[in-house]
Amino acid sequence: MEKLDVRGLSCPIPVIKTKKLIDQGLAEIQIVGDSAVSKENVSKLARSCGYTVVMKVDEKNNWEMEIKK
Amino acid sequence: MDRGKWLILVSGLIIGAIAVTLVKLGNPPNMGFCIACFERDIAGALGLHRAAVAQYMRPEIIGLVLGSALTALFAGEYRARGGSATLLRFFMGVFMMVGALVFLGCPLRDILRMAGGDYNAVVGLFGFILGVGTGVFFLKQGFDLGRAKISSSPLGGLIMPALMLFFLYLLLKGTVFNPADGGPLFFSQKGPGSMHAAIAFSLGAGLIVGFLAQRTRLCLSGGIRDFILIRDNTLLLGFIGIFIGALVLNIAFGLFKAGFAGQPIAHSNHIWNFLGLYLVGLTATLLGGVPFTPADSVRSG
Repeated sequence: MEKLDVRGLSCPIPVIKTKKLIDQGLAEIQIVGDSAVSKENVSKLARSCGYTVVMKVDEKNNWEMEIKK
Repeated sequence: MDRGKWLILVSGLIIGAIAVTLVKLGNPPNMGFCIACFERDIAGALGLHRAAVAQYMRPEIIGLVLGSALTALFAGEYRARGGSATLLRFFMGVFMMVGALVFLGCPLRDILRMAGGDYNAVVGLFGFILGVGTGVFFLKQGFDLGRAKISSSPLGGLIMPALMLFFLYLLLKGTVFNPADGGPLFFSQKGPGSMHAAIAFSLGAGLIVGFLAQRTRLCLSGGIRDFILIRDNTLLLGFIGIFIGALVLNIAFGLFKAGFAGQPIAHSNHIWNFLGLYLVGLTATLLGGVPFTPADSVRSG
């Protein structure tokens, strides 16, 4: 599974990095981040691209998700 | 529409209504709530510039910073960060401000001016959209300010709110440090800087807008950016809300006047209106947000 680390990055960079991987057609991506806003934005993007979002770690400022198609 | 979209639309309506109400209560026309203009007035009040018509310690900004900081604290979203491309951010901030002041308003006032019938603001909006588009192009090419680090101490992010509390103290106390020169604090005797609502209303409005902005992540450049990038219209809805809220109240209060000429605190130099907000759109997109986030250090986003 592809891993993406967006910790410390402010929006929209996490969204752009995720979208680049999605555009490569990856079916499963694991993403770790540390801001509530990027969590909302990345999961919104993933859902709008038809992925299901599973939160592995779900804290305000520390999260980890797996998105799958 | 889902709940988040309704929330941001309603927040926009409230903010638009607050802005026009502030005009009714004494703020400059089409400038009920303007981030760039009010920060300029604060700089003037502190004596950092001496343009006599633009000096006032705007409580809206104080309230905005305190409101959003408190909201972030209570929501557990507050984190002090720093250390990524600091100098570059600083200079882009300078250029963002230059662009806004050339246009005579930040993107928020652009919306408020359009809601007041100012066609010059439509020219500015086109510039802004193109600026954001240019910024998105650079982001897609890989522009990145790098990773910010979480500060070892949360105190760093409290500097701006503390400074704002100090400003509020100065405003309420009416301190004048250098009476021979008339300030600081300087207060305009005429021009837009002399027009303001009562402190309590301005401060309260700032707190409410700060709360709503932090909850909804309201951001005009973000709205256009998200729409271009991922076809998401959530943030745009907030600004549609502001426009409608302000438009309705402007018409109700008889403040609406359509046209290019004779608009309050505006000019009709189309090239500079366009380029001014183009620059704001570009820098805002590269920085990750409009000056609605006056203290990047305070907001967490």
